[in-house]
Amino acid sequence: MGTKQNSSLFNKKILLQASKDSLIKLNPALLIKNPVIFIVAIGSILTTIILFAGIFQGHFSPFNLQIAIWLWVTVLFANFSEAIAEGRGKAQADSLRKNRTQAKARKLDGKQEISVFATELNKGDIVICEAGDAIPSDGEVIEGVASVDESAITGESAPVIRESGGDRSAVTGGTKVISDRILVRITTEPGSTFLDRMITLVEGAKRQKTPNEIALSILLSGLSIIFLLAVATLPAFFGYSLSASGLPMSQNLSIPVLIALLVCLIPTTIGGLLSAIGISGMDRLIQHNVIATSGRAIEAAGDVDVLLLDKTGTITLGNRMATNFIPADGVTIEELADAAQLSSLSDETPEGRSIVVLAKEQFNIRGRDVHQLNASFIPFTAQSRMSGVDLKTDVSVVKIRKGASDVIRTFVQNNNGFYPQKIQDTVSELARQGATPLVVAKDNRILGVVHLKDIVKGGIRQRFAELRKMGIKTVMITGDNPLTAAAIAAEAGVDDFMAEATPEDKLRRIREEQANGHLVGMIGDGTNDAPALAQADIGIAMNTGTQAAREAGNMVDLDSNPTKLIEVVEVGKQLLMTRGSLTTFSIANDVAKYFAIIPAIAIGLYAGTTEVGPLSVLNIMNLGSPQSAILSAVIFNAIIIILLVPLALKGVRYRPVSANAALTRNLLIFGLGGIIAPFIGIKLIDIIINLKI
Amino acid sequence: MTVQDVIQVILFFALLIGLTPILGNYMYKVFTGNKHIMLPLFGWLEKITYKLTGVNSDEETNWKSYTFGLLMFNLVGLVFVFLIQVIQVYLPLNPAHLPNVSWHSAFNTSVSFMTNTNWQGYAGETTLSYFVQMVGLTVQNFVSAATGIAVLIALIKGISRKTTDKLGNFWVDLTRSTLYVLLPLSILFAIVLVGQGVIQNFKTYETVQTLQGTQQVIPMGPAASQIAIKQLGTNGGGFFNANSSHPLENPTPFSNFLEMLAILLIPAALTYTYGKMVGSIRQGWTIFTAMLILLVIGLSISLYAEYSSNPIFGHLPLMEGKETRFGITNSVLWSTSTSAASNGSVNAMHDSLSPIAGMVAMVNIMLGEIIFGGVGAGLYGMLIFIILTVFIAGLMVGRTPEYLGKKIEAFEVQMALVAILAPNIIILLFSAWASVCTSGLSSLNNSGSHGLSEILYAYASAAGNNGSAFAGLNANTVFYNLTIGFGMLIGRFGVIIPVMAIAGSMAKKKITPPSSGTFHTDNWLFIGLLIAIILIVGGLTHFPALSLGPIAEHLLLNLKI
Repeated sequence: MGTKQNSSLFNKKILLQASKDSLIKLNPALLIKNPVIFIVAIGSILTTIILFAGIFQGHFSPFNLQIAIWLWVTVLFANFSEAIAEGRGKAQADSLRKNRTQAKARKLDGKQEISVFATELNKGDIVICEAGDAIPSDGEVIEGVASVDESAITGESAPVIRESGGDRSAVTGGTKVISDRILVRITTEPGSTFLDRMITLVEGAKRQKTPNEIALSILLSGLSIIFLLAVATLPAFFGYSLSASGLPMSQNLSIPVLIALLVCLIPTTIGGLLSAIGISGMDRLIQHNVIATSGRAIEAAGDVDVLLLDKTGTITLGNRMATNFIPADGVTIEELADAAQLSSLSDETPEGRSIVVLAKEQFNIRGRDVHQLNASFIPFTAQSRMSGVDLKTDVSVVKIRKGASDVIRTFVQNNNGFYPQKIQDTVSELARQGATPLVVAKDNRILGVVHLKDIVKGGIRQRFAELRKMGIKTVMITGDNPLTAAAIAAEAGVDDFMAEATPEDKLRRIREEQANGHLVGMIGDGTNDAPALAQADIGIAMNTGTQAAREAGNMVDLDSNPTKLIEVVEVGKQLLMTRGSLTTFSIANDVAKYFAIIPAIAIGLYAGTTEVGPLSVLNIMNLGSPQSAILSAVIFNAIIIILLVPLALKGVRYRPVSANAALTRNLLIFGLGGIIAPFIGIKLIDIIINLKI
Repeated sequence: MTVQDVIQVILFFALLIGLTPILGNYMYKVFTGNKHIMLPLFGWLEKITYKLTGVNSDEETNWKSYTFGLLMFNLVGLVFVFLIQVIQVYLPLNPAHLPNVSWHSAFNTSVSFMTNTNWQGYAGETTLSYFVQMVGLTVQNFVSAATGIAVLIALIKGISRKTTDKLGNFWVDLTRSTLYVLLPLSILFAIVLVGQGVIQNFKTYETVQTLQGTQQVIPMGPAASQIAIKQLGTNGGGFFNANSSHPLENPTPFSNFLEMLAILLIPAALTYTYGKMVGSIRQGWTIFTAMLILLVIGLSISLYAEYSSNPIFGHLPLMEGKETRFGITNSVLWSTSTSAASNGSVNAMHDSLSPIAGMVAMVNIMLGEIIFGGVGAGLYGMLIFIILTVFIAGLMVGRTPEYLGKKIEAFEVQMALVAILAPNIIILLFSAWASVCTSGLSSLNNSGSHGLSEILYAYASAAGNNGSAFAGLNANTVFYNLTIGFGMLIGRFGVIIPVMAIAGSMAKKKITPPSSGTFHTDNWLFIGLLIAIILIVGGLTHFPALSLGPIAEHLLLNLKI
């Protein structure tokens, strides 16, 4: 995914649009939203005015011209970084929107069907969708079953089943019905469908600053005020020093020089890149096919330290699989396998199918003709809690049953059979291991046990270990009994588990964790998950889930992949890291800029008869001339913004390591690097400038 | 440096480190209401105080009431000290018949003692009566220090409590820090000082015949009691104008050693109290270590500068402005400690320090008086920088910033910036003003870069509530009395109010339990980060002015100009 996106990072079209947008963003009403860059813009205007005033008075200053140009470039570069992030978001939004333009809907008006534009549908309208129709807006299936192609929003080509009632009733506007016919009740007002909201968010037009972004903006403004004071008071100290060195006041610092110093000191780098970082965080989430309903949610994702994960689908493959047959005494394994396979032949549950597959794999027992066997199947019901087959022979009826140990025990005992202790032991042992034992009986005889096992997903254990390293606690939630749950929890390596969990239990657990100061993330799909999703700090609803669940969560996973929670947390962390790293870099940069500018402006002070004053020793970079030193610092300050745009968009490299390891690494690169880089950069620019001159 | 010098410096720090947990643990008991050794002695006094003032010691208040009480208390103190100065002629204990103090000087002095600054625009023995010194200044010496501790205690409660708006009771914290911390320590210390020869009497000034045959007036007075609290409470206002270089204030090498130690004692010990109160002694030691490192860096630079030869005079130690009794090491150790700790007492003239050692003292103040700093004030100032550091660097671990489980959000950042900005605004704006206007420049005794240093030092000292001076500046003028007076007010309450607001906001938050994903604030990495943020933020603000002041002066000195 990463590489695909990177290649489009500097897509020509986006670049062109972004360049145009950076000019539009010069509008003061837009600029003022970014106080740091706003200060630079005011500086640019002042410098430009002074430049032209000079020209009209007949003395053109090439130095002022260059300063003015580079100050404007600084503003434009900052605008450009935001524009390009928005452009990339827009590109994604456009491709989403293509599916929706001019779509027609078949609205059901009483008994009549009328054709209206999809955009005219109101909440509560009922529409008909048949094979080939696009679903016009978000809604809920109220009648029928259909397979729906949701690739337009999920990118997943396999169609999904949508049916009325239950947890799979929600449909999304823009998706396509492939087979059958459904009636859909529209659940959103025009313009606020899921897709609409999603597109708005991606475009970033209505983007609101997130809490941490606001706090950071305050910090940057505060630092700017400090530096503004330091620079504004400098002419007074300078004037004092001039008179002390017997120099005329006319040599006091010029406004362009002061502005250059100010712009170099205020945190323009992070100020210019801050919103690009925020927008691209949202973008990266969408690359993972997750949509957040607010930027705040992404930030919270970085803070999550407890994850509630459903066992089924997240930790285990979802279905229990038969892994081996354990025959009772006096029964051959083949006989057990044969009976088990027979009883499962028309059992369409995944468990049943896995028994057929296992019998075929181990003993090459093939499917048989059901009619020839004269068999009638007994399906699983909630009352009997077992399934099986009745084989009619001329003499009698052979009954084969499979089910949980207690029901089969009753079954054989009712047939005057005997339930061996050894089978009971086997059943207990398997349950202790976290497996599901399925006992098979033929009339009054126990044949043995089928070992059904929850298969833990490959690599999930390592994933949890990584999360632990990052300080995130994982809690497995399951309806299984505590024994089974403990065994799977141990195998998967989660930190804690909740067995026999009801939705109320989940909600209570989330509240408890939050009361202890934890931030909780969870993923869910059913309507009964909705309260917990709403309560969690990060609630990710699966797109296949009910409308209630989707409304309750603050993120929606279009892929409906329960492990996605982990990626979401990573995106959140990466966003915060990028912000912190670039802030550190920006502040660390100031050291070098001081050593470029202060000696340059103070070179003449206390010089006496010599040309160069004592403060020239501070020129440790040995820059060519005072003017080239100031110019180099300003140029470096502008260029560094554009150089860091790719990093702001991609985010700093993220690895699942402990806080200390991450901090050490980022500090080394962005803290120490931030101090050293400008020394090298400014020196290089100075050499180049002096070559030209 | 001689071997004795080295041993003495080592002994100084060893004692400081050794006494920190002892006094820190004691103060922990005092402020958490536990049993401690002073209860049997002074417990009754605490109860009587509450009874007389009608304070309900069990009642806890939110940050606004706490702050309101604090401000009112300080305002009353300010007005009282002002009034007794302008009418001291009519008051008792004025054997030298000193006249009433001018309104601007009285304003400056009352602000100065109320804000724990103890900037002295006047000369103690020739301006103020014994009555004013004792009833006005010495009382403020106690309560201004106690106010600083109270603010700190409220902030610690804000950090360590969760989901509450109660920060304790200002009157209780004020009474306890005065009765159980400042008073017993001062009594003990005053007795030791009297033993060393510091005077404590109400005699009229004595006239003596000197060896040269001339007559000299020797001022008398209750010096020991004021000196004890001036050192312990990071006040710094001397009984005599010459402060601790005066033989009657600081007679022996031993008194000198103890007076230096007293400067840092309580601020250092409060870091331990902090650690205990937030439930992690390690957190306290981390802050202590960061402070100690900054102090040692400053001391080393100063010692190096002072022991280097003066290029103009050749290979002589720089003894101008120093007491030969104390020598260079003791003078520099004092100048570094007093500027770091917002004390402001001196045993040598900072004006005569080498430019670099003078700059170190100035930088110590400009960084915000957080290297141990004033009692209470130093640690709450440091906690502001910690909040800033946590906010900037905390993001780099991939979580929104938190300190000891408390989220640092927009409000805390905003208040922290106000607290950092307030003193810096004073230093920059007032110094700039003074360096261009005639009323500012006419007070200068020195021209050139050194004159600029004198101005910068004066306002830094005011804004940092330090109180020491580059004595070359005649500050007893309307201009300086007023600007410095306002500078001290803003430097004090421009920090206290946002700190209290942070305390209130932090108390309401939940505490996130630490995990391996938490940004750790108790290790060497954090110490390094904190120091870097302090130096970069503080340094970048003042580097331009410093380069035109002391740095230029140092360079000029080396060029023999």
